[in-house]
Amino acid sequence: MLEVVGLSKSYGTGASATHAVQCLEFAVEELEFVGIVGPSGAGKTTLLKCMAGLLAPTSGQTLLRGKPVTGPPPELAVVFQDYSRSLFAWMTVRRNVLLPLTNKPEIRDPARVADEALAAVGLKGFEEHYPWQLSGGMQQRVAIARALAYQPKVLLMDEPFASVDAQTRAELEDLVLRVREQFGVTIVLVTHDIDEAVYMSDRVVILSRPPSTVQEILPIDLPRPRDQVDTKALPEFASLRARIYEAIMQPAAAAGV
Amino acid sequence: MAARLNALPRTRSGSLLLGAVGIALALLLWQLAPALGLVDSDNLPGASAVLSELASLAGTDAFWSAVGSTLAGAGLGLAIAVVAGVALGVLMGSSTIAWHALRPTVEFLRPVPGVALIPVAILVFGPSMQSDVFLVAFGCVWVMLIQTLYGVRDVDEVALQTARSYGLTHAQRIRWVQLPSSLPYIATGLRISSSIALIVAVTAELVAGNAGLGKSISLAQSVGQTEEMYALIVAAGILGIAVHVVFGGLERRFLHWHQSQRAGGDR
Repeated sequence: MLEVVGLSKSYGTGASATHAVQCLEFAVEELEFVGIVGPSGAGKTTLLKCMAGLLAPTSGQTLLRGKPVTGPPPELAVVFQDYSRSLFAWMTVRRNVLLPLTNKPEIRDPARVADEALAAVGLKGFEEHYPWQLSGGMQQRVAIARALAYQPKVLLMDEPFASVDAQTRAELEDLVLRVREQFGVTIVLVTHDIDEAVYMSDRVVILSRPPSTVQEILPIDLPRPRDQVDTKALPEFASLRARIYEAIMQPAAAAGV
Repeated sequence: MAARLNALPRTRSGSLLLGAVGIALALLLWQLAPALGLVDSDNLPGASAVLSELASLAGTDAFWSAVGSTLAGAGLGLAIAVVAGVALGVLMGSSTIAWHALRPTVEFLRPVPGVALIPVAILVFGPSMQSDVFLVAFGCVWVMLIQTLYGVRDVDEVALQTARSYGLTHAQRIRWVQLPSSLPYIATGLRISSSIALIVAVTAELVAGNAGLGKSISLAQSVGQTEEMYALIVAAGILGIAVHVVFGGLERRFLHWHQSQRAGGDR
């Protein structure tokens, strides 16, 4: 579905250049949920922007169904961390969800699609509100509904729950797992939260310290549907999170070989 | 007593009351200054004489036609400045080519005081409405341009990336993201240039003799109608306040979604 092939991104040139990510290599299968974790400053967001076609990689590329990504592809949507900046304050919730559908002629009835997406995230009745009239968690739901209404094959999420409180975060995690099945999307989630990555993912890609490479790809063989209490109480959950924690904490030199 | 006085500015009616008291005191001072011989009443008639003159002027067609001419000149000039300024501002704010090509010219023309062009306007248009419109447009366009430019450049990076990630074209991003998000800047530009428009229009009428309040003021002065002159000056001031109120209302109407205008809706 989505392949990252030898992807590198450096900022600046020559001796003063900073290498954010280097020769990244991994693939995401259709309908898979892949979490990307790494120490802070590991270039997770850089990687996501390159995958989204928002940032041109220095070398290497991303392939979406075999085609190189050179600009934002119509089969792909992004949910950003900062919902208050990503949503358009001058538009109602419904207008926010409708705007991206402007260039999607294959969506015949955008109004219905928008309302269904809003209903799926539990925001029925808030269509005519403005984003700033809603709580943080509800605003991020609007952003998720907007992404779903766009009917993407791949949904990229950049730390989507980092700005909401712990309880809302758990609710939104379960919401995303639910709508993923309903809408049939492949999801790549960038997060700094190891628990979240283990709880939600089928596989977790662990990035090393910058210049970041793929340090390890860990399959998460936990049963689905996942449950905030039961899944997190499993001994496998604890051992998986411990393993990722150690991988992220150990110095890059010792990680190789 | 002191505590109750300090509490006054905190309520709307209290602050209105304080404002009314201030105006009454200013009018009283104006009334007393000539009456007590502090100033020559030939140069500055008392408030009551000027205000009653204004009341009788308000019953004449000549007065309203002067007000109409001033408003038409200022309004038309402002409209041209807004259209041209916003268009140029969007162009310069969203295209690096336009920015580099136009910036030197704009930087050269911008500091030229609008009123310095009055002789040019007289030469080209004569004492006519066109010269009013031209001078007002020139006086206002730079503020509109610069404000729009800043607004377009200040658009949130995340909002813009969101729009790009959803495949919105350059023109769609300008229409749906950059223009609305720069509205607060454009509104500030409008508020500033609406005052400039009135000042330039009245000045042009005073100097160039185009029909309007400015010309009426200079006429009244030249024939020694001091009370009428002051009444017209007061009228020009009232016009300024009215313009300010109208544009403030427009700002609230169109920027209801912006932080500065939200009435406790933020959660």
